[in-house]
Amino acid sequence: MELNFTGTDICAINGTRSAPEAHYNTVVVGAGPSGIAAAIDAANAGLRVLLVDENPVSGALMGNDVPLYFGGRMTAATQNTERMLEAIFMSMPALETAMDAGVELLLGTTAWGVYRNGPGVASLPEQVVGLADAERSWIVGFDNIILATGGRDLAMAFPGWNQPGVMGAAALQMLLTRYEAFAGRRVLIIGSHDLALETALLAKERGIDVVGIVEVRAAAQGRSELITKVEAAGIALYCDQTIAAAKGGINGVESATLSSGAEIACDTICVAIGLIPSIELVDAMHGQRALNAQRGGYIPQGEATVSAVGDCAGLTDTGFDHIAYRMEWMRALSSISTDDTIICQCEEVTRADLIGVQPPNYLTRPAPMCARSLETLLNDGPANPDQIKRLTRAGMGVCQGRRCRDQVAMLLAIEADKPFGTIPLASHRAPVRPLPLKILAEWDEPATMDAAWDVWFGIPTQWVPVEDIGTEYQDAHREMLYTGMYK
Amino acid sequence: MSGSEVVIVGGGVTGLSAGWWLARSGVKVTVLDKFIVGWEASGRNGGGASHYASPLFDEEQRLWPQMDELLGYPTEHQKGRILIAMTERQWEQYRFIAERHKRLNHPVELLDVKQVQEAVPLAGDNCFGGVHYKFGGHANPQRSVQAYAWALQDLGGKIIQHSPVTGFETAGGKVTAVKTANATYGCDSVVVAAGPQIPQLMAQLGVNVPLAAARAEMIITEPAPMMPLGGVDGHKIYGRQTMRGNLAYGGGPHEWLDMDATGPAARPSTPLARNLAKRLAELLPKAAHLNVIRSWAGVIENSPDGRPIIDRLTSPDNVVVASMSSVGFGLSPASGHAIRDLVIDGTCSFADIDLLKLSRFDNLESDWREKRGWMPIT
Repeated sequence: MELNFTGTDICAINGTRSAPEAHYNTVVVGAGPSGIAAAIDAANAGLRVLLVDENPVSGALMGNDVPLYFGGRMTAATQNTERMLEAIFMSMPALETAMDAGVELLLGTTAWGVYRNGPGVASLPEQVVGLADAERSWIVGFDNIILATGGRDLAMAFPGWNQPGVMGAAALQMLLTRYEAFAGRRVLIIGSHDLALETALLAKERGIDVVGIVEVRAAAQGRSELITKVEAAGIALYCDQTIAAAKGGINGVESATLSSGAEIACDTICVAIGLIPSIELVDAMHGQRALNAQRGGYIPQGEATVSAVGDCAGLTDTGFDHIAYRMEWMRALSSISTDDTIICQCEEVTRADLIGVQPPNYLTRPAPMCARSLETLLNDGPANPDQIKRLTRAGMGVCQGRRCRDQVAMLLAIEADKPFGTIPLASHRAPVRPLPLKILAEWDEPATMDAAWDVWFGIPTQWVPVEDIGTEYQDAHREMLYTGMYK
Repeated sequence: MSGSEVVIVGGGVTGLSAGWWLARSGVKVTVLDKFIVGWEASGRNGGGASHYASPLFDEEQRLWPQMDELLGYPTEHQKGRILIAMTERQWEQYRFIAERHKRLNHPVELLDVKQVQEAVPLAGDNCFGGVHYKFGGHANPQRSVQAYAWALQDLGGKIIQHSPVTGFETAGGKVTAVKTANATYGCDSVVVAAGPQIPQLMAQLGVNVPLAAARAEMIITEPAPMMPLGGVDGHKIYGRQTMRGNLAYGGGPHEWLDMDATGPAARPSTPLARNLAKRLAELLPKAAHLNVIRSWAGVIENSPDGRPIIDRLTSPDNVVVASMSSVGFGLSPASGHAIRDLVIDGTCSFADIDLLKLSRFDNLESDWREKRGWMPIT
């Protein structure tokens, strides 16, 4: 290749991508009440609307606590997709209304990424959302996207939490109501704000034995009418206490030990300390979001073509400081946790290794490594969960950090003695749900993509071995390996 | 030059390795980084360490097996690679590469389909064969970058993060200090290893360094059972099985970007993840059921011929500029050594790196990017 020449870089992305399969005026992600209402409104306004919801998700994903923290307490009924679909329609009659209004509805369809041109990318044909069902993935374009992805469970570690039977409140509510597929009988509720009290009352109403509510603060935290109902239902309140440990056997939880020493028999421990607005798509698309303690965490800031409704937009502001409440729980649970308490279940990262910024167990730890810790790392700059993730693997697993992302940030805040809000949000990355290679793959990609595909940049001189430059092998090398480049 | 001060601009893998090599020679080193060490391409790449096209290859090969011990921290270095052909054309190309290795006495072995599957159980019957490199290997970029940084600190070097370099002070044909928003760092020598920001920084010194930045992407799966050989390339994708078992793969079209002095504004991944997934599912069909759990992008710079620029300038004469031209991670043990030699001795002690001099671009046309089609999409 001459130093100066005129050509075209055929290995650049320009014009190689497939066009979206369809274009909608409005795509709504999440078919809960807020998403359905938004879809109906848009359809009634004469727009072409697609409404997708990932539920029912596969049993395998539920087993990995995706999208909610199911804690292995779903019955075998959740393995039956037909039954699950029927259950969703039965529990959400508004879906029929939406379809009657002209909304195109796809259940069992995950929105795994939203992409648009902006800083660092100008090659997309338009703003698109990546979708996938049990068979394949595809891309659709949109004018507006409305995220109605709800909230997800906040998990918190304590000794023994990493076994079946420890689960989240949103997951428990979904199993109790929509799917009628909860496998537990005796539930201990952790936390006493509205979410916890509502979950306790729901469980009781569905015939579950609610053996108590544990509250770290001196009194129950939820709305007074909920507290009254809980008391009337005869559910025991254990205030000024935390859960100290979960004990269990082959089938998971069998009992919980409180910080007072009391032992309570139960097969399920429902962590109902908080809900986190599900902003994975917003964050993965580099959308604007900001921390709002009264609305449950980071919430989307709203942009011209991206909006959020329902819990995804933030929990209802009742004046309650969710962050302060969670941090109080985190401090309490952290103080009773041991060095070997697992924080990241997927990667089996212990509390000591997280705080010690130590590598996983399959690597050796020479003396200099052992001498490193979060404390030494903080000498170089503020705590960053993504850096901790790289070093310890906490949050790197198949649950995509759903179970540990929030508590890692809280632990870092505590250990660094900084307010929670100063700890950056660990990055979300597409696909925001685990997607098998064979599903994610664009099997029918356009020929333009393959024509542009090179293992690296396709620069003819980049890989010509230095010994071969100026020899007969130079041209042979280029001819064999770089056909068609820069012509 | 013991006791003198070298300021390194850029805490990527090249700058950190250079700093570590200088610190090993007793030089007081300060590395300045705009954010956190290894946050850009150095921590976002495939981790390959088998760059036989480079004049630094022999040193790369000599050093990697020792790096854990030399640094005192784990890098996850693993030896060996395999190139699996999925088409007849690829099989022809890979055998051509194998012949070339044999000619230079690099140990390689051609594998039939059964042998490929023994080494790489996730491979299928759909391949044509493989080339087993009994050299080279791969490591964990993120862990390795941090290992360099920590090892450098253990030798007394300083890492100053969150400190973008804003300019230089010069006197008598030398750079005398490097400036950030909050501080000025006096120096006897400077290494500019700031990746895509090199052109903007060097322009402040009146030196034209032709580099163009682009974005490239990777995907990673959940862990698979460990394979005997984890450094698996082929089918026009590159990557590795991590020591945890995940399959991390990249390749395919890049997107050229404009770059300002502050570096990449964002590193967005795109639906190209689907095209990577297709190729990985073809290369390793028994992994097709594995979940993809993340995708990401990185921004890397290339020189007009795609080869590195490692050069000590004549004016200012105490500046070494180093860009690895999008192939920096694997070569880092050797590039750092070369930079150390240029800073201290003015010449590389272990390889002829004249090929990497900046002066090869003296007659480059000013519109070289446009003429190559290396321009951002407008």
